[in-house]
Amino acid sequence: MAIPVTTTGLPEATAGVSAPGRRSALNRVTKAIRTNRKATIGVVLMAIFIFVALFPGLLAHQDPNLVTTHVFTHPSAAHWLGTDNLGRDVYAQVIDGTRNVLVLALAVGLLTTVVAMLIGVAAAYLGGVWDSVLNFVTDVLLVIPLFPLLIIVAAYLPGAGNNVLILVLTFTGWSYTARQLRSQAQSLRNRDFLLAARVRGERSLYIIVVEILPTMTSLLLASFLNNALYAVLAGSGLQFIGIGNTNNVSWGTTLYWAQQNNALGTGLYAWVIVPGACIALLGAAFAFINYAFDEIGNPALRPLTAAKVRKAAEASTKRRLTSHGARAS
Amino acid sequence: MRFIIRRAGFFLLTLFAALSLNFFLPRIMPGNPINNIISKLHNVTPAQEQAIEHALGINNTASIWQQYLTYLGNTAQGKLGLSVGLGGEPVSQAIRAALPYTLGLVGITTILAFIIGTAIGAIAAWRRGSRLDSALPPLFVFTTAIPFFWVGMMLILIFSSVLGVLPSYGAFPLGAVPSFSLSFIGQVAQYAILPALTLLITSIGGWVLTMRNTMVTTLTEDYVRMARAKGLPPSKIMVGYAARNAILPNLTGFAMSLGFVVSGAVLVEYVFNYPGLGNLLLSAVNNVDYPLMQGLFLIITVAVLVAILLSDIATAILDPRTRTAS
Repeated sequence: MAIPVTTTGLPEATAGVSAPGRRSALNRVTKAIRTNRKATIGVVLMAIFIFVALFPGLLAHQDPNLVTTHVFTHPSAAHWLGTDNLGRDVYAQVIDGTRNVLVLALAVGLLTTVVAMLIGVAAAYLGGVWDSVLNFVTDVLLVIPLFPLLIIVAAYLPGAGNNVLILVLTFTGWSYTARQLRSQAQSLRNRDFLLAARVRGERSLYIIVVEILPTMTSLLLASFLNNALYAVLAGSGLQFIGIGNTNNVSWGTTLYWAQQNNALGTGLYAWVIVPGACIALLGAAFAFINYAFDEIGNPALRPLTAAKVRKAAEASTKRRLTSHGARAS
Repeated sequence: MRFIIRRAGFFLLTLFAALSLNFFLPRIMPGNPINNIISKLHNVTPAQEQAIEHALGINNTASIWQQYLTYLGNTAQGKLGLSVGLGGEPVSQAIRAALPYTLGLVGITTILAFIIGTAIGAIAAWRRGSRLDSALPPLFVFTTAIPFFWVGMMLILIFSSVLGVLPSYGAFPLGAVPSFSLSFIGQVAQYAILPALTLLITSIGGWVLTMRNTMVTTLTEDYVRMARAKGLPPSKIMVGYAARNAILPNLTGFAMSLGFVVSGAVLVEYVFNYPGLGNLLLSAVNNVDYPLMQGLFLIITVAVLVAILLSDIATAILDPRTRTAS
């Protein structure tokens, strides 16, 4: 029944983490970010986007919604990325749209993780009929093609704004994480520290929040990053096909207008390249941070240093020699 | 065998859930679908309004459970209703015309992405620590984060707008009559290059990364060391021992990736105006054509379920553990 999920070593990663003091954990994270190149790239990109989202006024002085008569212009000193079909400044739209996408990503990442946590942990902890029912719902959502479902749900809500988009993406996006969290919680169920808590007479809520959840921090973090990436891609995809409010300033919406006005056919390339590249870079920021945490948690995946490669090669030739020797004797 | 039967049972239940979703979604959503349609069309006569209600299967006199049963019965007989937007064409007919394009595009690119991606992942894991292995994972982490539709647009920019070597619109030249002639098939293949390349670029990364990460683990297993100790040729160890065992999680991850590719296909078909199911779905959304939307969602779900079931059967054949487990 269960769909086997290809974890890249996450459960092993979480098993050993048992909060040996907050400060040292924080130190380890900062050290990891500095030494792991993928983490560095991801964090730097993310910092840039957060800065742009917080202070768009520092970078663009034009109103992104200002309609002018200068329509379909090529990039110039006045309009760095040209203007769109209504004469709006594309550069101002890209800068201003950052906040929309970032809010979408963070909100969906957070909400899906919370929903998945509630459902996955509840299923594992309550067991019995609850487990079967919740598990079935999770499995169904896992195999139903989500994007078509998203399109249809959103189509029933014409002109919906960002909040509705967040809710719809959350509704369809929690199942994969719930499955991972459930199996993690199940593997913990009969551990001594949980049995002890139960013997002490602690309430279920206390056990779930204080005893079970802290063991899942890295899994929760991975799920947050994964789902934020999903929100960036799926949300921009929906905006690109014109679902939701097409007057919102957002990268996906800017691309929607570019496609509607045949920007590629008329040579207005900057209108297409820049917003799309922003989506790709923000997505890459989430993906790189996630992959880096995966590597930190699972040493087997880490890139080998040159010294280690040499050592491993020596060891294997030595092994080969001894095995040949063994066969000869 | 029991494993397969259990999976098939689960898929029947899932199908039932998808049908129920199809039926109840328009009814729990705010707003009235009929009003949405009528506001989109102009000058609707009461007779037309009734026809639309009939097409939607909304019969206000019957109880909701009776409507539900009628809907399930009709769907079981393949009656998907009439399209509202396409001038009353039966939904099943519209779907039949679009299905081959999506099946061809998604099917071929998925198989190609699986083969190429798995091979690259296996080689990267085998040459662990080489320059290749340190360059590939970051590259493919990046490609999994690029939006499908934008890759499509960039390919159009390069190959159609600037170089002008490949077509970017539709599945065959305007005016060509679909037939089974060699020249027509050649044209279809030429028109499919850019959409297929788009899907390939964005979906291959997942296969590479899963394969590489799993094979890095299997390479440390005792049976690989044993094979080395026996003095087997490296190519045999790589393919027959390490890759063969690492490929299983890749196969079971098929379910996840398929949903990913299907959603990508919807956007890619839109960008290239490719006459498949995804494009049809979007035009149905634009025309507020609920019967067509419901029929398409159903067909896409069935196609995905069948593909996952096939990959489950393949896994059960290749991996004895799945047969005994659960």
